[in-house]
Amino acid sequence: MSALSVKHLLGIKDINANDIDMIFKTADTFKEVINRPIKKIPSLRDITIANLFFENSTRTKLSFELAEKRLSADVINFAASSSSVSKGETLIDTVNNILAMKVDMVVMRHPYAGAAQFLSKHVNATIVNAGDGAHEHPTQALLDAFSIREKLGDLKGCKVTIVGDILHSRVALSNIFCLQKLGAEVMVCGPTTLIPKYINELGVKVETNLKKALEWCDVANMLRIQLERQDIKFFPSLREYVMLYGLNKEILNSLSKEIIVMHPGPINRGIEITSDVADSKQSVILQQVENGVAVRMAVLYLLAGAIK
Amino acid sequence: MSAQLQLLNADAFNHTIKRLCYELIENHNNFKNTVIIGLQPRGIYLCARICKELFNITGLENIPNGHLDVTFYRDDFRRRDSPLVPNRTQIDFIIEDKNVILVDDVLYTGRTIRAGMDALLAFGRPKKVELMVLIDRRYSRHLPIQPDYVGKVVDTINSDNVKVKWNELDGSDEVLMITENHDKL
Repeated sequence: MSALSVKHLLGIKDINANDIDMIFKTADTFKEVINRPIKKIPSLRDITIANLFFENSTRTKLSFELAEKRLSADVINFAASSSSVSKGETLIDTVNNILAMKVDMVVMRHPYAGAAQFLSKHVNATIVNAGDGAHEHPTQALLDAFSIREKLGDLKGCKVTIVGDILHSRVALSNIFCLQKLGAEVMVCGPTTLIPKYINELGVKVETNLKKALEWCDVANMLRIQLERQDIKFFPSLREYVMLYGLNKEILNSLSKEIIVMHPGPINRGIEITSDVADSKQSVILQQVENGVAVRMAVLYLLAGAIK
Repeated sequence: MSAQLQLLNADAFNHTIKRLCYELIENHNNFKNTVIIGLQPRGIYLCARICKELFNITGLENIPNGHLDVTFYRDDFRRRDSPLVPNRTQIDFIIEDKNVILVDDVLYTGRTIRAGMDALLAFGRPKKVELMVLIDRRYSRHLPIQPDYVGKVVDTINSDNVKVKWNELDGSDEVLMITENHDKL
């Protein structure tokens, strides 16, 4: 009847609006499933999935693992810190050794951009990118867009501002691709040093004034400052960043309309977003987490259906 | 060359639905502990029709009814060219200890019903599960499943196709058998 146009989910850039629509429709039904008394369904009972995390993660890892288990897949977990990677094994060797144990799908997070794509060309398994460096984080973008769709109905014409560290953010790039494919308008906002030089070539608006950016949008997606990726100083002090780009109740209340506040987590409370905003009615942060499981179930289900 | 044979016309179709309702009333009296669940995608139309007709006959308004999607419980996942896109499940009541009537339009191999029973059990442990179908394609079962309430029994071969049309969906109430083999008619 219908299938995704891709064999792997490496980035939003590779998929089309039909794929996204199919993932959302499937995720709708999975959202109903995960709210049942018995949340498990047997679809993937003959599929084995390896979660390879070469970089730290809480939400994404738990969310993928839960999604896999809800679908009855067999799951093996791997964290680089406790593995033979530290003994000098290459990525392809590591993965091929895992695949020799008859694994069908690999969910991978890696600190280097393009790692998922590289793997998809060299090993015989379905790859799902769970974040590769500052490149893409497709399932996060899907769950963000799914959460907006849930709140606003349609994304066509909807205005989304992404605020913060755009330069180091894979969430920002995937979100831009995903929102644009669904017909939304995107603006990025942050200190000029944290906005990539040629980002306007992607067709996004650029704004350095937070108040103006928020006044324009229907949805604000607040990103974390990724201090771990910043080897030089991109702004004078964290305090100055908070004063210029931190979202607080005062700014939110001064806007002419009520906007939706999102955050991909982990939140640095008091930096990019204050606690009262993060916990306010306008915030959908926890709904994003719930939707994350449903969306990842949909991605795994649709990709696994193509494995013969 | 394919040919169509009408198995039920609009009149017979509606008489059959009325008869199925009376059979249900015989066994379930006031429907106090009974719920009706239509299987997605096409069993939900029979379910809606049965509920409407039961109301016309008995005046009972609140017989709980819902829709159940069996896509995730099917045994042919990954054996098809592409995954089936699921439909919405809507069961807003508790099925624990209830008499459940599963409703579908055509019973053929029995595999959908098997998946339906698995899907149903994810919502609790019913007291009893019964099966109602509009058309029973007998002698073609792959699993030991038999219906409790049958609209019409037909003899078919594998290459035949039985299609139930609904007024609200297809513009007319009728049941057709589409057959490839001309001599059979």
